[in-house]
Amino acid sequence: MKKQQPTKKIIFHSEKEMPLAPYSLGSMLHNRTGAWRNIRPEINLENCIQCGICWKFCPDVAIYIENEYPVVDYTYCKGCGLCAEECPVKCITMVEEEK
Amino acid sequence: MNHPQKKKQNKMRLTLPLEEYMHSGHLACQGCGATLAMRYVLKALGQRTALCIPACCWSVIDGPFPYSSLDVPIFHCAFETAAISAAGLKAGLEMVGDHETQVVAWAGDGGTFDIGIQALSGVAERNDDIIYVCYDNEAYMNTGIQRSSATPFGAWTTTTPVKHYKNRPKKDIDAILAAHRIPYVATANISYPEDLYRKVLKAKNIKGTRFIHIYAPCPSGWKTRPEDTIKLGKLAVQTCIFPLFEVEEGSTWKINIKPREKKPVEEYLMRQGRFRHLTAEAIALIQEEVDRRWARLLKYEETSPL
Repeated sequence: MKKQQPTKKIIFHSEKEMPLAPYSLGSMLHNRTGAWRNIRPEINLENCIQCGICWKFCPDVAIYIENEYPVVDYTYCKGCGLCAEECPVKCITMVEEEK
Repeated sequence: MNHPQKKKQNKMRLTLPLEEYMHSGHLACQGCGATLAMRYVLKALGQRTALCIPACCWSVIDGPFPYSSLDVPIFHCAFETAAISAAGLKAGLEMVGDHETQVVAWAGDGGTFDIGIQALSGVAERNDDIIYVCYDNEAYMNTGIQRSSATPFGAWTTTTPVKHYKNRPKKDIDAILAAHRIPYVATANISYPEDLYRKVLKAKNIKGTRFIHIYAPCPSGWKTRPEDTIKLGKLAVQTCIFPLFEVEEGSTWKINIKPREKKPVEEYLMRQGRFRHLTAEAIALIQEEVDRRWARLLKYEETSPL
């Protein structure tokens, strides 16, 4: 799985631009859910055993795989902490987000 | 990203396929179990799938009008018609010569246990060729945690407050569906994704009505910590509150995961804010009921042919 790129928001300027039937025109990738986050997961790749459990259990699909290692996509990570809790070697730590 | 260079580049051992049919950016709460259920089911079913979603959490999670967070077509139908809309969609696809597309009715527990059971029962009786997936978060979570018939005994909801907590047990929907003699009924759990994946793949290759009941913890409704979602799912199986089994043709029962030693239900209950008010007697009652149901399930498996 590759990193997902945010898309543009779809804006209708008039009624004529709208489709006649309510079908979807784009994905929700414009919605950067990373703004919901209070705590941020950080992966210590030194200890990573590449089990893929963090990738498997991410409800936001915010962990992608690059060069056979998991990487967190901070644009979309909501900071639920599931990956840190389920990591078998505890190499993911939740860090307080600084504003 | 700086990768450790000293380490040998091993290949990642993934137990599920890499393809994603669900995107980020959806509107689920943190630590939502329902999104995980959708992710695993779509991984198993692939691109040639159409979904029918009635009013439930997923009709919100998916996103507002011009957007969708899924890569497959979705039909938003009325609350009570999930099963029958899917059956109609399947019939339409058959008419235009498409025999491959899997039509999935994707409903929450309210749309399955309470409101949609009439349509579901009709579809199951006619054995229409659909997959019905119920993701069970044990209350009407989308509208604000109201009691449903999937809510377990003793749980707090906004309509069953602490003083008058729910005093009736959870409806046994799997037994109801198994009694319809449909080809395949299975329970699955998001904490066991490999098991879930295998069951959906198995259901994909069967013709007729297939029912999959997925246990999906809900942190905001159950008053749990979002990071406990997977742990709660595992505890539900280890305490035998939500056993994983499959039923074929309504008669062959098979339990998939038998815990080596059953954990006490207290361990599962006390992690959740909705059970925090329970007294020792109420917990003993729940334990008794869980033991009884587990013994009955073991007997079902024992007496089933083959």
